[in-house]
Amino acid sequence: MTELTANTAVMRTYKEYGRPLWQRILFTREAAVYGALILVIIVASATVRNFATPITLNYLLLDITPILLIALPMTLVIITGEIDLSVASIVGLSSVTLGTLHQGGLPIEAAGLAALVVGAIAGAINGFLITVVGLPSLAVTIGTLALYRGLAVGLLGTTAVTQYTEFWKDLAKSKIGGTTIPSVMILFVILALVFAILLHFTAFGRGVFAIGLSPEAARFSGISVERTKFILFVLSGVVSALAGIYYTLRFGSARGDNATGLELSVIAAVLLGGVSIFGGRGALHGVIAGVLLIGTLGSALRLASITSDVINIITGTLLVASVVSTSVLAWVRRKRIRPGGKKPGSAADTKG
Amino acid sequence: MLFHTSTRSTRRAGAFAALAVTVALVATGCAAGSETPAGETGGDANLAITFVPKNLGNAYFDTSDAGGKEAIEEFGGTYDEQAPAEGTPDGQVSFINTLTQQQVGGLVVSANDPTAICDAINEARDAGIKVVTFDSDTSPECRDLFINQATSEGIAKVQVDLIAEQIGDEGEIAILSATANATNQNAWIELMKTDLAANHPNIKLVEVVYGDDDDQTSFDKTAALLQTYPNLKGIVSPTTVGIAAAARYLQTSDFKGKVQLTGLGTPNQLRDYVEDGTVTAFALWNPADLGYLAAYAAKALIEGDITGAEGDEFEAGKLGKYTVGEKGSVLLGDPYTFNADNIADFNF
Amino acid sequence: MTNLTLDRETFGTRVLHGVGGFLRARETGILLALILVIVITTAKNPNFLFSNDGFRDLLLTPSLVMLLAVGQAVVIITRNVDLSVGSTLGLTAYMTGRVFIDFPGIPIIVVFLVGILFGALLGLVNGALIAFAKVPALVITLGTLYAYRGINVLWTGSDRINASDLPKDFLALGTARIGPIPVLTIIALIVLIAAGWYLRNQRGGRELYAIGSDPAAANLYGLKVTRRVLVAFVVSGSLAGLAGVLYAARYGTINSQAGSGWELDAVGAAVIGGVAIFGGSGSVWGAAIGAYLLLTINRALPILGVQDFWQRAVVGVLIIGAIVLDRVLALRTTKKLAEARDNHND
Repeated sequence: MTELTANTAVMRTYKEYGRPLWQRILFTREAAVYGALILVIIVASATVRNFATPITLNYLLLDITPILLIALPMTLVIITGEIDLSVASIVGLSSVTLGTLHQGGLPIEAAGLAALVVGAIAGAINGFLITVVGLPSLAVTIGTLALYRGLAVGLLGTTAVTQYTEFWKDLAKSKIGGTTIPSVMILFVILALVFAILLHFTAFGRGVFAIGLSPEAARFSGISVERTKFILFVLSGVVSALAGIYYTLRFGSARGDNATGLELSVIAAVLLGGVSIFGGRGALHGVIAGVLLIGTLGSALRLASITSDVINIITGTLLVASVVSTSVLAWVRRKRIRPGGKKPGSAADTKG
Repeated sequence: MLFHTSTRSTRRAGAFAALAVTVALVATGCAAGSETPAGETGGDANLAITFVPKNLGNAYFDTSDAGGKEAIEEFGGTYDEQAPAEGTPDGQVSFINTLTQQQVGGLVVSANDPTAICDAINEARDAGIKVVTFDSDTSPECRDLFINQATSEGIAKVQVDLIAEQIGDEGEIAILSATANATNQNAWIELMKTDLAANHPNIKLVEVVYGDDDDQTSFDKTAALLQTYPNLKGIVSPTTVGIAAAARYLQTSDFKGKVQLTGLGTPNQLRDYVEDGTVTAFALWNPADLGYLAAYAAKALIEGDITGAEGDEFEAGKLGKYTVGEKGSVLLGDPYTFNADNIADFNF
Repeated sequence: MTNLTLDRETFGTRVLHGVGGFLRARETGILLALILVIVITTAKNPNFLFSNDGFRDLLLTPSLVMLLAVGQAVVIITRNVDLSVGSTLGLTAYMTGRVFIDFPGIPIIVVFLVGILFGALLGLVNGALIAFAKVPALVITLGTLYAYRGINVLWTGSDRINASDLPKDFLALGTARIGPIPVLTIIALIVLIAAGWYLRNQRGGRELYAIGSDPAAANLYGLKVTRRVLVAFVVSGSLAGLAGVLYAARYGTINSQAGSGWELDAVGAAVIGGVAIFGGSGSVWGAAIGAYLLLTINRALPILGVQDFWQRAVVGVLIIGAIVLDRVLALRTTKKLAEARDNHND
C-alpha cells in the first residue's frame, strides 16, 4: 500500500519524523506565526498608546470577524488546490439581499435566512462550474466575483439601506458578560471548532488533504473528488453570506460594494497561516493565528496613526514574503539533501 | 499521509496547544481589559480635534479642513484629519472607531449617511468625545451640534435659479450628484425638485446620476449623460468634484456652450472654465469659514461653554458670535454666486 | 490538422481554408458580437456612433484597457496571471503628474519613456519573484496589487494631481486626433500590432505559447522558461505603465484610486477574447477585441435603458460564458482528435 504514496512524482514531505517532538512543534510554519503574533502584541502594548485598553480588543475582533469567518472554509478550499475569489462578492450580495428584503417589509430573521440561501446558491454555482463543467477555479471565481458583485450593485445602485431594528444591530456589537469580547466570537468559536473537527479529525478532512496532494490518487482511493469540492464551495458561499449578514448589522449599512477587496485579506491571512497555495498542506490553527496577526498589526498601526495604506503595503509584502519564504526554504532544504548533486529546478513542479 | 497514525496524535497535540495559546491570548486581552482607561482629568480640556470629512483627496474638504486647522492652532489645540479614500458610510465607521480608541477630545464629521455612522458616533460620545457635524448632517440625536453652511432651501434655490436663467427657463436638465446616500445631497435634490415643480414648469429633470465624488466616475457619467439625452440643455452638479469633472469633459466636447453647467464649485477649480465660457456662473460659500466655525464649536463643547441646546451662544474667533438654532444647528451664512466678474477676487 | 494524404493544395483551396479558419476563429465571434452591440445601440441613438464626440469616445475610452488586456494576454498565455496592473497604472499615472509638476518643461516623450520604464520595473519585481522563486503568479500579484496601491496612496497623501497642473499640450494628446482616429487609440493599435506580430512570428513569442501549454515539457525541451516568464511580466508592467501615462493625458485628474479595479477588466477582456486561462492558446487580437467589447457594452447600457449599475454583472456573465464556451470547444476538439486518431489506427 505504501508503494502508492512513495511513487508520487512530487517530493513534498512536511514533517521529517527523524526530528525530536519539540522541533517538530516549534519549527513549523504555524509556530512562526504564533511567535510573530505574540511579538506584535508585546511590542504594540509597550509602544503604542491606548493599545492595551479593553476597547481595542473589542474593535479588533469586531473588525476581523468577517475575515475570521471566511478564512475557515477558504482554508479547506485552498488545501484542495482550488481557490475562491468570489467570497467578498458573496458578502456584498448577501448584504444587499438582507437590506432589500428587509426594506421591502420582510422581518429581519427571514431576510437573513434568505441571504444565507442566496450564499449557498452562489457557492453551488461556483461548485457546479468547477466540478461538473470542469473549469479552472481561478477563472470561474474571477467571473463570479464580477457577476455577484454586479448583481449586488445592480440591485441597490449606490444607495445603502441603513434602517435596521436596533435589537439586531446591538446584538452584532454586543459583548459577552462584563468582558470586552464581542458576542460574535461565540459564533466564530463554534464554527471554528466545527471546521477544525471536519478538517483534522474526520475522513472528509483527510480526503480534502488527499485531493490537494494528488487528485488522481485521491480518486483511486475512493474519495469523490467532485462531491468534496462541491460541498466546499457551497460551504464557502454560506459562510460568506453569514459574514455578510454580520457585516451589514455591524455597520448598519447594506451597500452593493460592501467588503470590496475582502478576498485579498482572507487569502493573505490563509497563506500567511501556513496553508500551501499548491494544496495538500495546512492547519486551521495556523490560519486563525494568521488572521489575528494581520488584524492586530493593522489595529496597532491604525492606533499609532499610521495610515491604512501603509498597513496595506505591509499586508501585501507579508503575503509575498510568506509564499516566497516557503519556496526558498524548500529550495534550501533540497540543496542540503543533495549536496553538489542535480540542480533542484529540473525536477519540474507539476503545479504552478 | 493517510496511513500514519502518529500524524493524528501530533496533530491533536498541535491543536490543543493552539487552543491553549489562543485562550492565553484572550485571557491577556481580558486582563488588560481590567485596567480602566485614563479618563479626562478635570482641569485641562482635551483639545485634540480630528476632522473626518467624507473622503480624502477632495479639494472642498481640503479647504474646509485647512480652515479648521487655522482655528485649532489659534486656540492651541491639536489638529488631525482622517477619512476613507472613498465616500462610503462603513469607511467612516472604522476611522471613528479608531479615534474613539485614541480618545481624542472632539470629532468634526461630514457624514456619508445620516444613520449608518450613528452607532459609532454614539460610542464615541459615550467615551466623552464631543461630536460636531458639518456640511453633511447625521440624524440630530447622534451628534452634539451641526454646522450648516446655509439653509438647504437657499442652496437648492440658488442653483435652480442659476440654471433656469442660463437655459432660458425651459428644456431638459440633469443632476450630477455625489454619493447616493449623502444627507446634504439628498436634501438639496429634494428641495430642487420641489422648486422646479412649483416655479419652473417648463424645465424637465430627466435624471439624477451619481459620480460618487470620484473624479473619473463623474467624468464618465457626464459623457454618458450627454450621449443618452441628446436634447439636454443643462447640468446641475451640487458637488465640487462633480462640477469640476463635468466642466473638464464639456471643455473638450462638442456640447461646450450648448449645454449649460452650474452647481456648487470652488473658484480655483473652475476659474479656467469660467474664463473660456464653459461655465457661466456657480455658487458656494466659504468652506474655510465653515471648517473654522466647526472647530470653534467643538472647542466650546469640549470646554463646557455650551451643551448644544437651542439658544446657546459661543465665540468663533474672527467670525464673531454665533447662536445655536433649532435641532442643534448653527448657520454660517448665505450662499454666494461666482461668475466671470468676481472670480478673480477669490483664492480657494 | 489531420491531413493524412499529401494532397497538393491549390491556391483556391488554401484561400478557402484561410477564410474558413478566419470565420471559425474565436476572435471573429467576438468581433461580430462587438459589431452587433454597436449596431443595436446606434439604432437606438445615432449619436453613439455618428456624432463627433460619440465616435471619438467609442475609440478612445477602451484603448487604455486594451493596453492592459494585451499585456495580460501575454502573461496568461504563459499560464500565469498579473493582478497588479491596475495598481501599476495608478502609480505610473500619479508619477507622470508628479514628474510634470516637479520638472516643468520636461519634454513629453521623456515622460512617456519614464512611465514605461517605471512600469517595466514594477513588472520586473513581479516577474523575478514568480520566475525565480517559482511561486504562483496569483499570490505574488495579489500581494503586489496591495503593496503598489498602498505605495500609491502613501505617496499621494490626501493630494491629487489636477488637470491644471499638467501642461496643456500633454492634455491635448488626450483628445487629439489624426484624421478621425484619436491619437491614444493609434498608440494602442501600434502596440497591439507589434505584440501580435511578435507572438505569432518570433521565436520568443512562440515559446511563450509552449511554456503555457506545458511548463514541464518546455523545461525538459530546454526552453529558457525563467527568462521568458520574466520578459512576459516586464511587458505586462511596461504596458500598464504606458496606460498610466495615457490615463493622465485622458483624464487629467489623478487621485490615489486611479486604475483601481482595472485588473479585473483586463483579465476579463483577455478571457472573453479567447485567451485560455490555462495558458497556451489565444491571441492578443482577441484580448483587444474583448477589451473593446467590454467597454462598449458599458457605454451602451445606459443608452439601451439598462441602469449602468448592472455593467459589472454583464462583465461577469460574459467571462463565465466565455470560459464555458472555451471548455465546450476544447472538449469537442479533443473528441475530434481522438476520433481522428482512432480512425487513423484502422
